[in-house]
Amino acid sequence: MPPEFSVRVGQALDNERLRRNIRRTMDGLVAKRRQAFPDTHELTVLRRRGKLIRGQALANLPDLLLELEANCERNGIQVHWAETAAEGNALVLDLLRRQGARRVIKGKSMVSEEMGLNHYLEAQGIQAVETDLGEFILQLAGERPSHIIAPAIHKDRGEIAALFAAHFPEYPHTEDIEGLTAIARRIMREHFGQAVAGLSGVNFAIAESGTLCLVENEGNGRLCTTAPDIHIAVCGIEKVIARLDQLPPLLTLLTRSATGQPITTYVNLISGPRREGERDGPREVHLVLLDNGRSRIHRDQQLRATLRCIRCGACMNHCPVYSRLGGHAYGTVYPGPIGSVLEPQLQGLDRQGELAEASSLCGACGEVCPVRIPLPGLLRRLRAEGVGDGPDAGVPGQGSRRKVLHRLIWSLWRQAHAHPPLYWLMTRLATRLRRLLPIGLGPWARTRTPPVIAPRSLHELARAEGFAHE
Amino acid sequence: MPHSARVYFFGTCLIDLIFPQAGLAAMRLLRREGLEVIFPQGQTCCGQPAYNSGYDAAARAVARQQLATFPEDYPILVPSASCAGMMKVQYPKLFAGTADEERALHLAARVHELTDYLARVLDWRRPDLGPPLKVVLHHSCSARREMGVSGAAADLLARLANLEVVEPDHTHECCGFGGTFAVKQPEISAAMAADKAAAILATGARVLVGQDCGCLLNLGGTLAYGLTAKGLTASPRTPDPQAPVVKHIAELLWERTHAP
Amino acid sequence: MNSPAREAILQRLRRGTPGGARPAPENPVRRFDWSPEERLRRFIAALTAVRGEVILVGDDWPACLFSRLQAKGATNLRYAADTALGAELVRAWPDRGAIALIPHDQPIEACRTQLFTATDASLTGCLGGIAETGTLVLWPSIQEPRLMSLVPPIHAVVLEADRIRSTFHEFLVEEDWAGRGLPTNALLISGPSKSADIEQTLAYGVHGPKELLVLIRAGRGAADPHLNPPRDPTAALAGALA
Repeated sequence: MPPEFSVRVGQALDNERLRRNIRRTMDGLVAKRRQAFPDTHELTVLRRRGKLIRGQALANLPDLLLELEANCERNGIQVHWAETAAEGNALVLDLLRRQGARRVIKGKSMVSEEMGLNHYLEAQGIQAVETDLGEFILQLAGERPSHIIAPAIHKDRGEIAALFAAHFPEYPHTEDIEGLTAIARRIMREHFGQAVAGLSGVNFAIAESGTLCLVENEGNGRLCTTAPDIHIAVCGIEKVIARLDQLPPLLTLLTRSATGQPITTYVNLISGPRREGERDGPREVHLVLLDNGRSRIHRDQQLRATLRCIRCGACMNHCPVYSRLGGHAYGTVYPGPIGSVLEPQLQGLDRQGELAEASSLCGACGEVCPVRIPLPGLLRRLRAEGVGDGPDAGVPGQGSRRKVLHRLIWSLWRQAHAHPPLYWLMTRLATRLRRLLPIGLGPWARTRTPPVIAPRSLHELARAEGFAHE
Repeated sequence: MPHSARVYFFGTCLIDLIFPQAGLAAMRLLRREGLEVIFPQGQTCCGQPAYNSGYDAAARAVARQQLATFPEDYPILVPSASCAGMMKVQYPKLFAGTADEERALHLAARVHELTDYLARVLDWRRPDLGPPLKVVLHHSCSARREMGVSGAAADLLARLANLEVVEPDHTHECCGFGGTFAVKQPEISAAMAADKAAAILATGARVLVGQDCGCLLNLGGTLAYGLTAKGLTASPRTPDPQAPVVKHIAELLWERTHAP
Repeated sequence: MNSPAREAILQRLRRGTPGGARPAPENPVRRFDWSPEERLRRFIAALTAVRGEVILVGDDWPACLFSRLQAKGATNLRYAADTALGAELVRAWPDRGAIALIPHDQPIEACRTQLFTATDASLTGCLGGIAETGTLVLWPSIQEPRLMSLVPPIHAVVLEADRIRSTFHEFLVEEDWAGRGLPTNALLISGPSKSADIEQTLAYGVHGPKELLVLIRAGRGAADPHLNPPRDPTAALAGALA
């Protein structure tokens, strides 16, 4: 049983090295994104378009998935559907076993994290090798990604050097980043040269052409999808877009929002396995379409906006909560604002509802989201669903965060503020007894000098100064 | 924009009990500009605390009381971007599809954040009577994002000749108040407040000014208490004698332009 | 493939999407009135910003490539034997003793080890370039398979200057990718392989090529005499395109 959220928060806040590492990275990513969008008008146009393109895809989702399936199969890509992570894992395992693979090399895939695929495969005797540099580092450390784009940013070069020294004593110890990267390259090359099976995620699945689009900088994704005999792509059902010409605006929004890059080093458009006469490429390509709760989210018109996400990570980079905690404190696959919106819906408000509270609703996330997901509004909606005051869209654990004491407090608050005579009485009492009131006790005052109630309320002062009150 | 002679003033619950001098200063500023300022005594709270906690029914009940309190077609001036945002942006959502939707829209259309109204509608300009002073301006997230009015506060301060106005490092970042967030996630909130307070201290300004009393309550309390270890850049519990005095922008504007 | 999961997912999604199909939103291509010289200048600036190397070349490009590879210490170059580019290369290659030419004409299964462990550099053509982002557009073919642009530590590409378009969006729409149908693996390549996974500090050559060398063929007989990336691309271009 992992520790409570509040415990993890305390641990993260007390870890100065972690906080320094995260803050430095987030500040850097924020600055890079800002520089990548010098033209605010262009940004406005792009964000609106991104929102509409993703919105169209979600509005037509069942038809687009069928179109994607038909075009993929026409291209020779075999399409599989999984309702749950367990089904998805079993599908992947079956494909690997049929291939006789003992090992699968993996490109970065958050959906595979969501499925818990690595652990599942290990338990079945198949080794999953992460090839993205950050994921590779985390696999050595036995940790999960702390950020969806930059998974190992919570570690600095000293920690990574120590990790390499412990796992690969045959290489000379170095804290040089180029040197560490070179070691990883040499180790990985052996895997790439031999691998039978590769697995990747998908950034965009294009329905009209049956194409899987993957973006990356390292080339490991291309290797995983090109060098082995079989390539398995795992993909959330929401990742589909209708048309090929919708890809460029989404791509530029994705890379500029994520890392401030005008484009990633590689954009990999896969439209099938090796064709007749071709000299390389996998002989089989499989697409596993994973639902895992998405179709439930899809049913609610407001919550559906969650599924517009293109996984750029800008919301976490700009989040004052994430930039102090890092991703691990969230205890979920997807951290930060989008995680706090998505995970309670995937896992239930009873299990992850507190994440919706882990926001001051400052709005920084919604301001930068490239597809204009109203993240603060969704967080608030989930709070309402948690206490059973929302429209009830069938979010699992709906109402589970309702507490008798809280209801009582809000009920009293409501009485006092919905009835002016009662409000006047309360404020008069409060101002007159101000030195006696236990205001600001509790957690607030652990780090702050409590406020003092004024001797006269503004209601009284306004009257005394002769302001009209109609 | 021509301004009307009569305006409503919505004081906010926080100002009512904790910072009434800020509300009074705001009303005096407006009255001095020739407006008839009406402060309906039936006003209580915009409903945001319950709304942001997910207690929509309670929020609606309290918000409905405000709908009833500001019936005439006058502008409603609010000395808080957060409460103004609740009334202007959130009320239409809160009442969407209910019998009160039209009233909510009618009210929302009339809500103005105070500094925005002063700077843009009234084009407020008064000679600065105060001595030279360095102030640090904290923008609330509601002003910056939800209401998009954070330029107004900076504009108004720039019109005072003897002020030097600075902003803290990471000025775009939230101070960690977030209403009930500060109580529900006190450690995260405290860490954010400590970082913001440290950035404010680092400016060396003698006065901290802002347009939202929630932030000022949070930052004032943190500065007065001393920064805690959870703030990355701060040492534990060392109240700084140089810590700035906290003022709502209306107070500062009034003080510096009012000859006693 | 029909499966219970497929039917259940689609059924749930259909409940959330009553009514007809929503049309595709407006998505016009953003047009820039960049001249060919401006496109070339922007392409070079964007590509060199991500550590791509650019040489402006003419018909003697094999010699240019040779000296550049020699300077990098490469001892062999893998090329696509059955392409026009490959033929040009072979015809004009200065010294096979110094840098051996390896024809890439077998399935990967037959040359995997050699490709992965004993190839210093590779040469491919490309479909064109994108000025806005300094991007090469590759449509790997039977003759020029995809691993050629990925596995060797140095990837050299010949790009025709008049094949540089302003944006990816323009490229894809003007050349009707959707109508033509995509190859197995269309690629956009912008610079050598890199990672910022450690402290957000860029390191090159993580998995793919460490160096990307782009030979831009600007016109007949107009080689860059200095074989260096121009300091001021615009000035060099004036000569190159004359």
